[in-house]
Amino acid sequence: MKTKLTALALGVTMAAGPAMADLVFPSLSYRTGPFAAGGIPYADGYADYFTLLNQRDGGIGGELVSVPECETAYNTEKGVECYESTKDAGALMYNPLSTGITYQLIPKATADGIPLHTAGYGRTSAKNGKIFSHVFNYPVNYWDGASVGVNHFKDVAGGSLEGKKITLMYFNGSYGKEPIPTLEALSAAEGFEFNAIPIDYPGQEQKSQWLQVRREKPDYILFWGWGVMNQVAVQEASNIRFPMENFMGIWWSGAEIDVLPAGDGAHGYKSIQFHNVGSDYPVFDDIRKHVVDTGMAAGDGSNIGTVLYNRGVYAAFLASEAAKDAQAATGSSAITSSDMRDAMEAFEMTEAKMTAAGLPDFGPEFSVSCENHGGDGSAAIAQWDATAMEWNLITDFSNSDASIIGPLIEADSSAYAAENNIAERCN
Amino acid sequence: MFYRESGDFKTTYIDDDQTFPIKFDRYRYYAVMFVAFAIIPFMVNDYWVNAIFLPFLIYSIAAIGLNILVGYCGQVSLGTGGFMAVGAYAVYKLMTAFPDVSIVFHIFAAGAITAAVGVLFGLPSLRIKGFYLAVATLAAQFFLVWLFNRVPWFYNYSASGQINAPERTVFGEAVTGPNVNAWAVYLICLVFVTITALIARNLTRGTLGRKWMAIRDMDIAAEIIGVNPLTAKMSAFAVSSFFIGISGALFFAVYLGAAETGEAFGITKSFLILFMIIIGGLGSIFGSFAGAAFLVLLPVFLKVVGADWLGVPTDIVAHFQLVIVGALIILFLVLEPHGLAQLWRVAKEKLRLWPFPH
Repeated sequence: MKTKLTALALGVTMAAGPAMADLVFPSLSYRTGPFAAGGIPYADGYADYFTLLNQRDGGIGGELVSVPECETAYNTEKGVECYESTKDAGALMYNPLSTGITYQLIPKATADGIPLHTAGYGRTSAKNGKIFSHVFNYPVNYWDGASVGVNHFKDVAGGSLEGKKITLMYFNGSYGKEPIPTLEALSAAEGFEFNAIPIDYPGQEQKSQWLQVRREKPDYILFWGWGVMNQVAVQEASNIRFPMENFMGIWWSGAEIDVLPAGDGAHGYKSIQFHNVGSDYPVFDDIRKHVVDTGMAAGDGSNIGTVLYNRGVYAAFLASEAAKDAQAATGSSAITSSDMRDAMEAFEMTEAKMTAAGLPDFGPEFSVSCENHGGDGSAAIAQWDATAMEWNLITDFSNSDASIIGPLIEADSSAYAAENNIAERCN
Repeated sequence: MFYRESGDFKTTYIDDDQTFPIKFDRYRYYAVMFVAFAIIPFMVNDYWVNAIFLPFLIYSIAAIGLNILVGYCGQVSLGTGGFMAVGAYAVYKLMTAFPDVSIVFHIFAAGAITAAVGVLFGLPSLRIKGFYLAVATLAAQFFLVWLFNRVPWFYNYSASGQINAPERTVFGEAVTGPNVNAWAVYLICLVFVTITALIARNLTRGTLGRKWMAIRDMDIAAEIIGVNPLTAKMSAFAVSSFFIGISGALFFAVYLGAAETGEAFGITKSFLILFMIIIGGLGSIFGSFAGAAFLVLLPVFLKVVGADWLGVPTDIVAHFQLVIVGALIILFLVLEPHGLAQLWRVAKEKLRLWPFPH
């Protein structure tokens, strides 16, 4: 048996050998399992944008990009296996698209000197760059989302949430639990009543949770769901005739696939977004022309312009811009993961960069610093129009309440630092 | 010709009672131990350890534990994932509460705590059997996962309910946390595997193991010949949970480094380990290893062949993996209901006669 193991392991190392020369951005995707509905368009967008750069511009700064894909099925064990099997191929950055896997990889990637970029997910307190040297969660994190969402409800309620009741329905895992501390702090500050209802993985059965909603009659519901859980929740909310404009999902619960099954019942459902929606951007024309029409698309091209595909494109765009910065800073086109990390720490997103990439006005402008790895935390609210079948942003991008979130981040990250003996940087 | 008792003279009772009475078996065992302890540690890198060896070794411990309960004592359990979670959370609480005590003691203590929890949930086995007991242990699975999700004390009030293993050392070498060497984590798991396998092997050869098997084969007959079902069943639950607790502790602290209950220790884990012992062979220590190897290696092997060599899209490989693993399980159970261990037994019988067929 041992010989079999050795032979197998030999094969593994041989297989992981090639692709050293390119810029490697591994994609830990999930195209199977209960969260595949969200994982597929995101992974397609991520891969297609890099394919576009290869096809149209000959890569980044003359270096071709390779995006080795590894299937995790949102499973942390497979995530670890994927990380280990791709990291030796010269991985510049990881984007695991799973908060659970992110928690796993934070210490490992830091020890290996590879940056993690967790845009809109992952460990919120990683925003504190003084503790988390290799983790970046710009432009926005869950606590920003919770704060922007509550602010919106406050506007809708006429400036005060005093005496109102807000319920959080969440995926019972690290992803869903993230916003709870912020919402508790906000509940104390704004005077609303807060309670949280967990939904267990994978969330195809939510009758008891929605029964609880009917009993407690919250004024507003915030929703932290993902994959198949979203469709069920929107359907259930429409079944109990909950006013959809008072039901708001985080950005992972606000895609077309989440609301379409509920039909007209989903009309008015809101979601928090950290980038723009729609397919009306020059970059998508380029993707159609250079990637889909040449048969190199990761999917069948039908997802282009949908919320999650756009997010995959946006993540790939942020990664490629950081890689360009790294090339400019080192003066060499072949960069290492540590160059990439330095570039991400000095990263600045401007309107000019977005326009140049064919994504004008796609997301907020922000900048990253040694202390702040999370940007400014700007998000906007989108609403689903069931007749036109499209998402529309109904507010401008606004910043989260830093006075609430700042101390929470400080507390959580210093607890992590104390547990793991990490000294503060940036002093 | 080589594989036989004759010619291997034993002059003491100790020799006569040893684990591997046949010379060939003994040398094979020494060779495996030599390769595992003296050669592999010098060859492994992060990938081999994290993708192959650690899961194999840790699942082997869990499979041995479950095999004692299901294979030797005949008490069906679906609570393995929950008991692994007890081990993981126990070691986490101990690691963070007593950072100065060696992790090795913490892992054994986590095993002991799990043993106590296992006995508690094993109590219904005195009254109910078979499928009904399976349902009772299923309750343990769901209750324990719910408990660790629900009570913040277990995860030290962290924002997301995740537990993270801080760095701990054994003889100055880090075995948990991010800055570990591949050989160190491999060796610590190997040592635990060796200890547990030796304990299990000798327990099952002795009085206790015979009592378990008597209960398994026919509990009323066993009671009539003087086996106390209370002590036999409770000791099976205790020993089994002790091993499963150790594997849970290693799984979290050494292998994953961070975990959340629902995801890492859910019902799928219970089934996975049950499948390991069914495929490997109920009532066999070797079968536990074989089953763990089969279910750990096969997906990695299929992934490497499908996605890395043949370049098939990852989602198709993932779907085919389910199909192939499922088909192989069915095929195995049809062709060899007693598992991989039976193949090994048949091979040994053949070896005894070789090269003369009769």
